Amino acid sequence: MRLITVAGPPSSGKTSVILRLADILREKNQKIGVVKFDCLTSFDKIRYTEYDIPVLVGFAGKFCPDHFFISNVEDAVRWGMREGFDILITESAGLCNRCSPHIRGVLAICVIDNLSGIHTPRKIGPMLKFADIVVVTKGDIVSQAEREVFMFNIRQVNSNAKIIFINGITGQGAFMLGKHTIFAAKIASLRGYKLRFTTPASVCSYCTGETRIGEEYQNGMLRKMEFP
Amino acid sequence: MINDLYDRVTNETLQELIADYPIVADFFINYNLQNLENELPFSEALNKVDENILIDFGLNKTTVLDQLVLFLQTVSGEEQTTTVQEITILGGQTKSEDVEEFVFSIKSGEIISIVGPTGSGKSRFLADIECLAQRDTPTKRQILVNGRALEDEERFVMDGRLVAQLSQNMNFVMDLSVGEFLEMHAKSRLHPNPTKVVAECFAAANELVGEKFTLQTKVTQLSGGQSRALMIADTACMSTSPIVLIDEIENAGVDRRQAIHMLAKNEKIVLISTHDPLLALMAGKRLVIKNGGVYKIIETTPEERESLAKIEMLDNTLQSIRNKLRIGDRITPDTI
Ligand SMILES: Nc1ncnc2c1ncn2[C@@H]1O[C@H](COP(=O)(O)OP(=O)(O)OP(=O)(O)O)[C@@H](O)[C@H]1O
Ligand SMILES: Nc1nc2c(ncn2[C@@H]2O[C@H](COP(=O)(O)OP(=O)(O)O)[C@@H](O)[C@H]2O)c(=O)[nH]1
Ligand SMILES: [Mg+2]
Ligand SMILES: [Mg+2]
Ligand SMILES: [Zn+2]
Ligand SMILES: [Zn+2]
Repeated sequence: MRLITVAGPPSSGKTSVILRLADILREKNQKIGVVKFDCLTSFDKIRYTEYDIPVLVGFAGKFCPDHFFISNVEDAVRWGMREGFDILITESAGLCNRCSPHIRGVLAICVIDNLSGIHTPRKIGPMLKFADIVVVTKGDIVSQAEREVFMFNIRQVNSNAKIIFINGITGQGAFMLGKHTIFAAKIASLRGYKLRFTTPASVCSYCTGETRIGEEYQNGMLRKMEFP
Repeated sequence: MINDLYDRVTNETLQELIADYPIVADFFINYNLQNLENELPFSEALNKVDENILIDFGLNKTTVLDQLVLFLQTVSGEEQTTTVQEITILGGQTKSEDVEEFVFSIKSGEIISIVGPTGSGKSRFLADIECLAQRDTPTKRQILVNGRALEDEERFVMDGRLVAQLSQNMNFVMDLSVGEFLEMHAKSRLHPNPTKVVAECFAAANELVGEKFTLQTKVTQLSGGQSRALMIADTACMSTSPIVLIDEIENAGVDRRQAIHMLAKNEKIVLISTHDPLLALMAGKRLVIKNGGVYKIIETTPEERESLAKIEMLDNTLQSIRNKLRIGDRITPDTI
């Protein structure tokens, strides 16, 4: 089974892109499944189910969605193998911009959209920096110049990635992404695989449920700003 | 090239480096290093900062140097675009899967229009060119660049660099003034003379519209016509993409004739999908699309060019009525 990790900010078009990719892969008789890692709620299950794509959804709740992803992805792969998928795609919303779900040896896709502001690529962090493919959506509604500046800013942060423009609604450009999926390595298990980037969440008292504000309540790993 | 960059990064002071490559300032911002001491070379300046800044990015004092070299290599390689003298479109199939038999070449500097009823496949035709289709889109068309079919790897490399697009749906979304916007685009293009090209672009955009705007106007506050004019001028002056695809800009309220000439002037290949007779006849040739396939290829005759003048007069008449209404005048049968 081939595994692909898809990550990107909320509403950047991840689900849309995966659905358009599914159209392409189905033409090649590939059986695909999706695991969605979300925070609190998700409407994606309905969209995948309507599309006849087997899907499982997990909620990270109070955990960083990427940490949650890492703790569950091995089991997700087992599920995919049991179901006999040709391709398993994980969708996760990058929220903290500090972590990323990308795994060495697994095709890593980052989805960002042109509407999010031209400097966004420079702010996203490892989710973009360590991706093999950067998919840019919503190019249909911004000017050519903004697309060009956006692409330039992606290059600044990740000069090795392939940049693919996809319209998440019409699917324009998705077949190029389809061609790249043959570069996704076949795996049977993720045991022994490594993340592309460390995802430390320094455990502080607030991580474990503290709500009170004040020096005496702050324990564990802390980082303090300096105020003049 | 890489060794040369390594030498520069090691030996030059940051000041010198930034003077040579102004864009390098972005690199320091990206890594929170904007407060380095400019009189020192990079590695010495790094000795004076908190290493935690680098650790946050998964870097250390050695690897950040590699990153800077990689950055310089990337941004200085950005300008290389393939020169396109000619593209050739080989027919595929129509919507009813009948054979679409034609071979059509377009040379740089040529303007081609695409006409046909709503839903016939004009936008699809442009989309095939955008992705350099190799018999792998629903139309099964193939696009040759300089007479050559393309391997997938070449298409990936060219993706996003060969084609500039303009359409009715496009808007500006960034919160910048016209001047800042053009400067930013020039900067990302690593233009050797940004001040000059910004001035050119600004002047060109204002030539296309009735109501002038200033360099201080926010791009998001431009009218529909003004936005379109700025996009057209920007594509003409700043974009290095050799192919321009235009999907319906007729209702934009800009001087269409001048706009198209502005685009074609810089030896670009211009394709316009349009319902507008003026734009359709301004092209040297027009493709008529029917049921998803190219149905006819028509060369604009001298006679049609003559009619173009008449159509322009009609168009001007309409335009003057529009203007009269705009400024609150009355219309009489004499105005027409
Ligand atoms: N040869 C073809 N084979 C299969 N589908 C096609 C073919 N040509 C066009 N289509 C499909 O037909 C639909 C309508 O085409 P398109 O949007 O290009 O029309 P259009 O001429 O641009 O219309 P409008 O003037 O309204 O913009 C699209 O879904 C397109 O993908
Ligand atoms: N105009 C436009 N809208 C898009 C595009 N891609 C996605 N969208 C819309 O953006 C919204 C968010 O997309 P979704 O796939 O749910 O994003 P996700 O949260 O990243 O999975 C939806 O309303 C999509 O229809 C695109 O290329 N162009
Ligand atoms: Mg989604
Ligand atoms: Mg159309
Ligand atoms: Zn996190
Ligand atoms: Zn905490």
